Amino acid sequence: MSDPMAEIRASFFIEAEELLESLQDGLQLMVDGDTDPETVNVVFRAVHSIKGGAGAFGLDDLVAFAHRFETVMDEVRAERFHPNAETIRLFFSCADILGDLVRAARDDEPVDEAVTAPVLEKLELLVGIEEEVEEELDFTPSTLTLDFSGDGGLPDLPDLPDLEPFPEPIDGAGSEARSGFRVTFKPHVALYTSGNEPLYLLRALRDLGDITLTCDCSAIPDLPNFDPEVAYLTWDIEVATEEDHQAVVEVFEFVEGLCELVITPLSGANPAEDDQSSIDMAQSSLADLPIAPSPPTAPEDLPSAQPVVEAPKGPEPAPIVETVATPDAPTPQTEDETSASTPPRTPPTPTQPRATVRVDLERIDRLVNLVGELVINQAMLSQSVTEAGLQPNSPVSTGLEEFQQLTRDIQESVMMIRAQPIKSLFQRMGRIVRESSASVGKDARLHTDGENTEVDKTVIERLADPLTHMIRNAVDHGLETTEQRLAAGKPAEGHVTLTARHRSGRILIEVADDGAGINRARVRQKAVEKGLISEDAALSDSDIDNLLFMPGFSTAAEVSNLSGRGVGMDVVRSAIQALGGRITITSQEGKGTTFSISLPLTLAVLDGMVVRVAGETLVVPLNAILETLTLTDNDLKALGPETHVVQIRSGFVPLLDLGAELGYRTPCESYVGGIVLLIGQEDGNHAALVVDAIEDQRQVVIKGLEASYGRVPGIAAATILGDGQIALILDPVDLVGQASGRTKSPKSQFALEA
Amino acid sequence: MSLEVLAVDDSRTMRDMLNLALSSAGFTAHLAEDGEHGLEVLKTIEPDVIITDINMPRLDGFGFINAIRSEEKWSRVPILVLTTESADELKAKARAAGATGWIVKPFDPAKLVKALQMVAG
Amino acid sequence: MTEQNKHIDSDSVELLSFRVGDQDYSVDIMSVREIRGSAKATSLPHSPSFVKGVINLRGTVLPIIDLAARLGLENGVESERNVIIVVDFGGRTAGLMVDAVSDILAIPHDEMQPPPDLAADQAHTFVSALTVVDDRMIRILDLASVFPPRDEEAA
Repeated sequence: MSDPMAEIRASFFIEAEELLESLQDGLQLMVDGDTDPETVNVVFRAVHSIKGGAGAFGLDDLVAFAHRFETVMDEVRAERFHPNAETIRLFFSCADILGDLVRAARDDEPVDEAVTAPVLEKLELLVGIEEEVEEELDFTPSTLTLDFSGDGGLPDLPDLPDLEPFPEPIDGAGSEARSGFRVTFKPHVALYTSGNEPLYLLRALRDLGDITLTCDCSAIPDLPNFDPEVAYLTWDIEVATEEDHQAVVEVFEFVEGLCELVITPLSGANPAEDDQSSIDMAQSSLADLPIAPSPPTAPEDLPSAQPVVEAPKGPEPAPIVETVATPDAPTPQTEDETSASTPPRTPPTPTQPRATVRVDLERIDRLVNLVGELVINQAMLSQSVTEAGLQPNSPVSTGLEEFQQLTRDIQESVMMIRAQPIKSLFQRMGRIVRESSASVGKDARLHTDGENTEVDKTVIERLADPLTHMIRNAVDHGLETTEQRLAAGKPAEGHVTLTARHRSGRILIEVADDGAGINRARVRQKAVEKGLISEDAALSDSDIDNLLFMPGFSTAAEVSNLSGRGVGMDVVRSAIQALGGRITITSQEGKGTTFSISLPLTLAVLDGMVVRVAGETLVVPLNAILETLTLTDNDLKALGPETHVVQIRSGFVPLLDLGAELGYRTPCESYVGGIVLLIGQEDGNHAALVVDAIEDQRQVVIKGLEASYGRVPGIAAATILGDGQIALILDPVDLVGQASGRTKSPKSQFALEA
Repeated sequence: MSLEVLAVDDSRTMRDMLNLALSSAGFTAHLAEDGEHGLEVLKTIEPDVIITDINMPRLDGFGFINAIRSEEKWSRVPILVLTTESADELKAKARAAGATGWIVKPFDPAKLVKALQMVAG
Repeated sequence: MTEQNKHIDSDSVELLSFRVGDQDYSVDIMSVREIRGSAKATSLPHSPSFVKGVINLRGTVLPIIDLAARLGLENGVESERNVIIVVDFGGRTAGLMVDAVSDILAIPHDEMQPPPDLAADQAHTFVSALTVVDDRMIRILDLASVFPPRDEEAA
């Protein structure tokens, strides 16, 4: 078993991420005008809990920052400070920095003060303004908040302004008194009703050293007058201890104010110290609190309390003495630190079941891989059974069917482990918008939708960089300057909208801005300047938009420090494609630009149609196939010298020979009678893919090609079929996008280069 | 002496720490996430002492203590309040709500045990 | 396999030698993961002619390089005798299709010599060193140049 503290520490950082998330959520709600006190409370609690955990692990930078942030949020919570839009923006920055600090602490990285200092300063300013108010507020709420529990309060608590954890005596004063203390201790009823127990206090005192105990029972009235609700006893205790005054005061820390307490050094007393140490705060008000009172039972339990009735009166009563020997346990330990480092005595015992467990991602990945193997293995087994010619309803076959179902269930469950809401990623984008808009002096705001859409964890991680770049682009290039916006009759604040949703078995993520749209004339001119296109190239609007994805293309007249980092949209596209995704662009002049990313739900499995073409077996993702049909003479129309279109209902769809497009063969003589897969694309365009035969429809485990080989045009990945043979998984969109479309055989056999 | 302790805190980290500290001291730890949850757990166990955070969703520490104290059965159970503030204001609040004592976060496990022994033997 | 020069000392390198076309080649045995019989490869569209395709190596996708084609030798006659040497290089794994595996040789470093600087027709050479064993010239393969460059996609 690993170090439990290290485990808790790791779990703290996970919890901190969750807290940061609710912090962001809360702030967003505040921006949106939510005035529910619970919203502020959630924000406060998030910061508060991060601070608490950070304190436990001695993460001082984090604690310091969180503390300042918390102080301000506490003011907001108490409605002493009313944040405006600007302060909430500051809070957002604080939340961002808090997140940085959490991650820095997690990774043991140093914190750059240049980042925290300015924000801390601003926060300080907020708190500073409130400082005077705060001073007095330190007093008032104590009584105000008491109201709910009764009439009382603790009016004259003498040490209220003292912010130290414990009422401490003057430094060093206690330590001079070496031999011990005399303690006079008279509990009030409130001591008992608050759940305190003199016996335990006396025991705690005994732990400091040998004690000599005297119980003064003189206050106990005759039986007829005896009120069980009243506290009558007073103890006089002499503690022989090497501990200082502070240690004795600490024993009575919880009952301070609930008893009369006088602590005097046994010898070498210094009168000034006497004053310091006597905490005589007869407080009766607490006794009036409507806390279910019950008789003080403690005295009866005390060993020294037996001879109560005979106790004589007098200033120096003949004491009932009992010397309690110090237990075998730690006698005078000089420093608290010593006892603090005492190692745990017993291993942790199991407690309440937990709702979640923390699992190393590696273990999950291993499980995912194993399940992948299981699926393949099961498919191979099925195939063998089929080949062995067993009856479909034989026990083996039915057993195998159940096995297949189970395998599928296991696979789905395992994939679910990896899925998580895309929210965390979206929240990071909020920060990108805030920071990039601030840096280019634009007023911009991020809207998100569908943030609970669940996506494979790996996909989320690998989406971070491309998405960051796109968001920066949207703010930097997509949105106009405030002046331009106002001139165009738009609100000054630009909007970037980030949405996620499931669509036909894929994840669709859109980044949209409400800026000016793509300046196509400029894009075109730029592309010509860069030699990407010829001057007279005939390009549709969409063609021009897609120039943005060309390697090395950048539209910014001035390269800003945000998006002009040598990373172009071509890199974004590559990253998306590496995830098995596609990216498209649409733009409307004056209205804005939208980038749409379509991603597979998971990187691990795919529902596919197994087809054969030119002697090869291929898998076509099922979600790309709209329908399958067999071509008749009527459907086929020649178009130009080398291509065909297929008439499907009232539309015409280009005909593509899959075997020819992949370079497996030259176009066929005739496609009549050929089997066609109608492929639908995100952009609404269709294509008809000719294959030789459809073999099967099944789930396949995706095996990446990129790591072992590299990218293959038109191919998304590979898989292993039931016979152990590798089949390639088609990337229909890529294939269609690069297709030659030749379905008539010209002379050349080398005309198929993509 | 082995105590049965109910510890209520909305922070998972803090619950983990409490659990570790309590179990290491040989105590039996029961954990709850907030006041409401704490009250639910109280229906099934009889702890010797209760530790509770103040700032919690649903039912906060003050409300939780009030609810406990309003039941005859729990009127005397020692309750320790966990707080990051050492301000006396909070001690006063806690005490007024019916708390027995307090523990300042981040707590030192040895001090926690000492505090527990001070209120529950 | 012949039995010769099996003694190994610290100044020598162990090589796995094999035949491609009519020539003797070898690779550092440390980069050899396993040797296996040929299997039907699934061909990759638009791939260079020397890439035979990919095969299933216990659940992973293994690209197969037809070494004879890669080296520009006469296409090795594809026969049942073809053998695949699975090699690791630079974090990548690939199978080299060769005619036959010959031997394991321990060659002292000082018996290896750089290939003569011929003005070869190819821009890059696939041989990093030469040595002679029993009057046969053994070419030590430069795996870095044999592996297809990683990012040669057309996108």
